[in-house]
Amino acid sequence: MNRRLTGPVRLGLAPSPVTRVAILGVVAIVFAIPLLSLLEFSFRDGLSGGYTLAHWTGLFDPENARPYRTLFQSIGNSFLLAGVTVGIVLVVLLPTMLLVHISFPRLRRVLEFICIIPITVPAIVLVVGLAPVYSIVVQVFGGSVWTLAFAYGILVLPYAYRAIQANLDGVPVVTLVEAARSLGAGWPTVVARVLLPNLRRGVLAAAFITIAVVLGEFTIASLLNRRNLQTALLQISTSDGYVAAILALLSLAFAFVLLLIIGRIGSAGNRSNS
Amino acid sequence: MTVAHTAALVADVAGETPRRHPVAGPAARRRRGGLAKYLGLTPFALYVLVFLAIPTVLAVATGFFAEDGTFTFANILGIFEPAVLATFGSSFWVSALTAVIGAIVGAFVCYAMLGTKASGALRTLVDSASSVLAQFGGVMLAFAFIAAIGNQGLVTVWLIESFGINLHESGVWLYQVPGLIPVYVYFQVPLMIITFLPALEGLKSQWAEANATLGGTRWTYWTRIAGPVLAPSFIASLLLLFANAFSSYATAAALISQGSQIVPLQIRSALISETVLGRENMAGALALGMIVIMVVVMWGYSVLAARTSRWQR
Repeated sequence: MNRRLTGPVRLGLAPSPVTRVAILGVVAIVFAIPLLSLLEFSFRDGLSGGYTLAHWTGLFDPENARPYRTLFQSIGNSFLLAGVTVGIVLVVLLPTMLLVHISFPRLRRVLEFICIIPITVPAIVLVVGLAPVYSIVVQVFGGSVWTLAFAYGILVLPYAYRAIQANLDGVPVVTLVEAARSLGAGWPTVVARVLLPNLRRGVLAAAFITIAVVLGEFTIASLLNRRNLQTALLQISTSDGYVAAILALLSLAFAFVLLLIIGRIGSAGNRSNS
Repeated sequence: MTVAHTAALVADVAGETPRRHPVAGPAARRRRGGLAKYLGLTPFALYVLVFLAIPTVLAVATGFFAEDGTFTFANILGIFEPAVLATFGSSFWVSALTAVIGAIVGAFVCYAMLGTKASGALRTLVDSASSVLAQFGGVMLAFAFIAAIGNQGLVTVWLIESFGINLHESGVWLYQVPGLIPVYVYFQVPLMIITFLPALEGLKSQWAEANATLGGTRWTYWTRIAGPVLAPSFIASLLLLFANAFSSYATAAALISQGSQIVPLQIRSALISETVLGRENMAGALALGMIVIMVVVMWGYSVLAARTSRWQR
């Protein structure tokens, strides 16, 4: 009863605890069903109706390394792509954002606008125009899978931009730079010892969100005939559904952990700011 | 968190750009750094030019050319053939239906989240789970639904054994357009949560206090104050959900391996077989059709979202 007398609840803002638990409970259960079904499926012993651990242990058994070789290669490709894409974010996007923030404040809106274009131009549209571009990219860089990271760098622009910008907005960058410069620091020192330590949260969040997006990417890889985790999953699902189920669960769990970490980084930052 | 942030970003751009134009002073004065500074911008400019601007222009422009390089409207007119219009129609109603369901269910979840601590464990959990399901599911969500309501799915089998209800009585529909609906709803609801929750939190407790002081009830608060304040952002989120479903490809490609029932799948056929309806470069025309719809929807979104941000200052 006491709770009902205080603040927002009595005023009609927030739901009562019962309503809250009811809504969240029902939605959580409904949303858990497909994932639990996937988990259950990964333990099924063929059509016998029994359960087995064989699919899980089999995946990590060195004996099976051969049949799963292309699969593991594709997972390797995805991690390589994630790494190179993070590199693009750090080497191309981050310095540009710093430069615009410090030297070209008038261009901030332009940069923002460019970085959100990929929301309006979805991957399935972009891939139509990427096909001819990649026929040239292949001539310049060769056909290795890592070149796909150029396209992924574009896909992650909105996420990476937002993560870094949120951090930039909370740090008095210009003041810090001027202070460091007037104390005689050169630009490399300013960036490495003043700016980056202050932007650690944003850069880390941008890197993690980039990894999550790249590991989940299917459209461009599939239509440009490159092999990554998602295209391999779809391919193996026709011959070995159990392995596909297990890897789907593992990669969803991995993305979830990455985003949990981003969330924790973010809320830790909020606390220290306030 | 991510889409919500991007969403706020779209709103910012729409809301702020016009006001920025008259301000020219300080930036112009900073230009003494000269050309060297501008050089620093070239890597990003080149990168965006080659991998965003050129592909977008190419995607749209190829639709206007025949295979031999001559200019033609044939592909564009191809969009209006009944078979292609029908796929735009399917795309449209699947996106609209799942956006509406997702928006309503998502709004209820946001309501339930009201009053929880912004940095609390529950919030972080819901945020992260929503982000994963809304953004990175794709192929994997299709697997989950095959495991749940596919022919031998857990739910399918359970319903038959316990209640004698056959989900697929009139044929298996999971691998057809109707099968997209449950899976799309599954990623629309989380997207609604991450885009709409910040708007709900923009409700100020003073408004509830004023309502109570003036003798209002819970009902008048939601219908006369919170409702009208939230309406633009609710519709903005609805548009974002529509755009999200309309442009999504991975889930559909994983469920529907043959045919081109929705526009992204038709682009797939056009890219793989090079010809749809006996026309070259149809992919470009379809891409143009998609971009037109996406631009209209996202424009509506940014206008509405900018309106909303007025209340959040």
